[in-house]
Amino acid sequence: MAFESLSEKLQKTFKKLRGRGKLSEKDIKDAMREVKLALLEADVNFKVVKEFIRNVSERSVGAEVMESLTPAQQIIKIVNEELIAVMGGSEQKINISSKPPTVIMMAGLQGAGKTTTTAKLGGLLKKQGKRPLLCACDVYRPAAVKQLQVVGEKLDLPVFSIEGSRDAVDIAKKGLAHAAKHSNDVLIIDVAGRLHIDEELMDELRRIKAAVEPDEILLVVDAMTGQDAVNVAEAFNNELDISGVVLTKLDSDTRGGAALSVRAVTQKPIKFCGMGEKLTDLEVFHPDRMASRILGMGDMLSLIEKAESALDAKRAEELEKKLREQKFTFGDFLEQMDQMKNMGSMSQILSMIPGVNAKALQNANIDESRMVKIEAIIKSMTARERDCADKLTPSRRARIAAGSGTDISDVNSLVKQFEQMQKMMKQLSGGMGKLGRFGRKGRMGFPF
Amino acid sequence: MGVFGKLKESLSKTRESINEKFENVVKSFVKIDDDLFDELEEMLIMSDVGVNTSVYIVDELRNAAKEKRLTDSGELREELRTILTDILQVDEEEKLALSGKPAVIMVIGVNGVGKTTSIGKIANMYKKEGKNVIIAAADTFRAAAIEQLEVWADRAGVNIIKQSEGSDPAAVIFDAINAAKARGADVLLCDTAGRLHNKKNLMEELKKIYRILNRELPDSSKEVLLVLDATTGQNAVEQARLFKDAADITGIVLTKLDGTAKGGIVFAIKNDYNIPVKLVGLGEGIDDIAEFSAEEFVDAIIGNEE
Repeated sequence: MAFESLSEKLQKTFKKLRGRGKLSEKDIKDAMREVKLALLEADVNFKVVKEFIRNVSERSVGAEVMESLTPAQQIIKIVNEELIAVMGGSEQKINISSKPPTVIMMAGLQGAGKTTTTAKLGGLLKKQGKRPLLCACDVYRPAAVKQLQVVGEKLDLPVFSIEGSRDAVDIAKKGLAHAAKHSNDVLIIDVAGRLHIDEELMDELRRIKAAVEPDEILLVVDAMTGQDAVNVAEAFNNELDISGVVLTKLDSDTRGGAALSVRAVTQKPIKFCGMGEKLTDLEVFHPDRMASRILGMGDMLSLIEKAESALDAKRAEELEKKLREQKFTFGDFLEQMDQMKNMGSMSQILSMIPGVNAKALQNANIDESRMVKIEAIIKSMTARERDCADKLTPSRRARIAAGSGTDISDVNSLVKQFEQMQKMMKQLSGGMGKLGRFGRKGRMGFPF
Repeated sequence: MGVFGKLKESLSKTRESINEKFENVVKSFVKIDDDLFDELEEMLIMSDVGVNTSVYIVDELRNAAKEKRLTDSGELREELRTILTDILQVDEEEKLALSGKPAVIMVIGVNGVGKTTSIGKIANMYKKEGKNVIIAAADTFRAAAIEQLEVWADRAGVNIIKQSEGSDPAAVIFDAINAAKARGADVLLCDTAGRLHNKKNLMEELKKIYRILNRELPDSSKEVLLVLDATTGQNAVEQARLFKDAADITGIVLTKLDGTAKGGIVFAIKNDYNIPVKLVGLGEGIDDIAEFSAEEFVDAIIGNEE
């Protein structure tokens, strides 16, 4: 049995709920059983799940839901609210010290993605006008220092290291002095990955903390972590009193239940999430969006925010209208593709849309390099063809293929895909209406 | 190899937590009843075994208990041991096997699971057996991955074939194959870049590497080892499923078992895809690797009365 996403699972459950006018206590119990299973399969820790279910059930069973006019809506609202509550309300920013340099220290298990996150965070802060210095304190893993130097160079960020030194505390201290001297207003300290039960290395972290007094201690957690996430988070938090969490590898198809677990046991906010291999793929974590993503509402808000920064708002409006009227053309498609290049990978964007599940995406087989081909093909069309005013006859297709240096089969497959896409959009724009009923701010600002 | 004392020792943390838990569970139930089964199911879920597999295991246990008329909770533990061991049992012909010259071992997995470290340990393991080992540094993507592997090659005292960062990994593999042939190497160890299993193009790249190995070394045995982080939850099943599509996985290296994570997900993977665990990683030292033994693993999980 293949895995269903948590979203799918909950959607299915709620579909069952939607079908009825009134809910019995048994219905709620059934729904909660499904929610429980889904959360467990999403790797949310067993105890966290229990607590969550208890809270939601308590709020659901009883007058609040029973007397409500649309009980299903009520339950969705409660589940969503509880998810947001567990993951920590509003979004969080980095603590910037009033007295620079602001010191940020990383911590986490081996392979969680500390070094990559250090670089990504440095890049992000640099974009915000800061002058970060990266500090290489992983003196254990072979070539870890070198790795930080390479990624630092790629982002044009200075990296402080002491060759041959095995004293992480000393490096951190000197890194801080170096930052102060060279007017770097942020110091980000990368450390070696370690097991939370390794007392010696946990002590090293404590000593680094004491030496540089960080404004921010970020625990880096792999989003694919299972039940053990609570133990890891608890241990690091107990030792270091962390200030926040970075959830990495969220671009995998994991359901990311660790987010809930970690948050529940540490009560510390998840501040960022790693979304890809590129050094720019670090995003601010939005608990409400994660909750809506878990609930199958898609990360609609993230999508809109992304689209807004990259897209001309007016064009977006026009496109939205076209989409609604199903007048989307090859020309629009081309324009969209251009704008999308600024927004991240196509699969990344598609995955944020409600109803588009990861499995369907895999079958869609979105190959970024194909986009180049598609662009060439559309650019080889006449203006009328791009407007879908002329039907693409075989001879036209042959001409387009020759013009774009592709095969007719490429042209054919694009046309077919395009038609499928039109169909999909039709469904999507229909589906949005339904979501709207649940009071989501789900305005469709983007035609995918 | 028999480094199982080590496995046991390293798993002691795991063992303590689960074993204690099991003891508590078992002790609080002198008689077997539904609550006991529920508790056991919960315990398995907490070990990342997963809901479906946990339910399956507990159902088996329930049936066995009924059939054999078990009444004592201690007997139940032995029955559970049998069931768990049976699932993970590695047949003799499924053990890590090398044939042909060079025998090929390719290591694959998602980012940060410990592929490069495992390669270093495996290289050392075979070098100690007196084999001539060559490592192919086909992780050309991650910054300083090649340097990291070089350090391991150095520690193990084996040769490494590399190109510059960013070069075509398939080309590195091709080079390494030729070098291995020319130097009469016994084992060719191929490191690969970590990749998320849901990234289509990266999985295509992996297929290509695998194709080249098959084409150029048709008579060599090929061990394709999926490296799994024991900390990983249910997503590991998806990892196994999708990596299996890219290359014929012959076994799993379960890493980071020296932590508190239980690695219970291997039950689900063995059950669903019949992929055996072949090696376990137990730390950052070069000798911290051991051949997998189902008995030891299960003992470490549910404890052993002796």
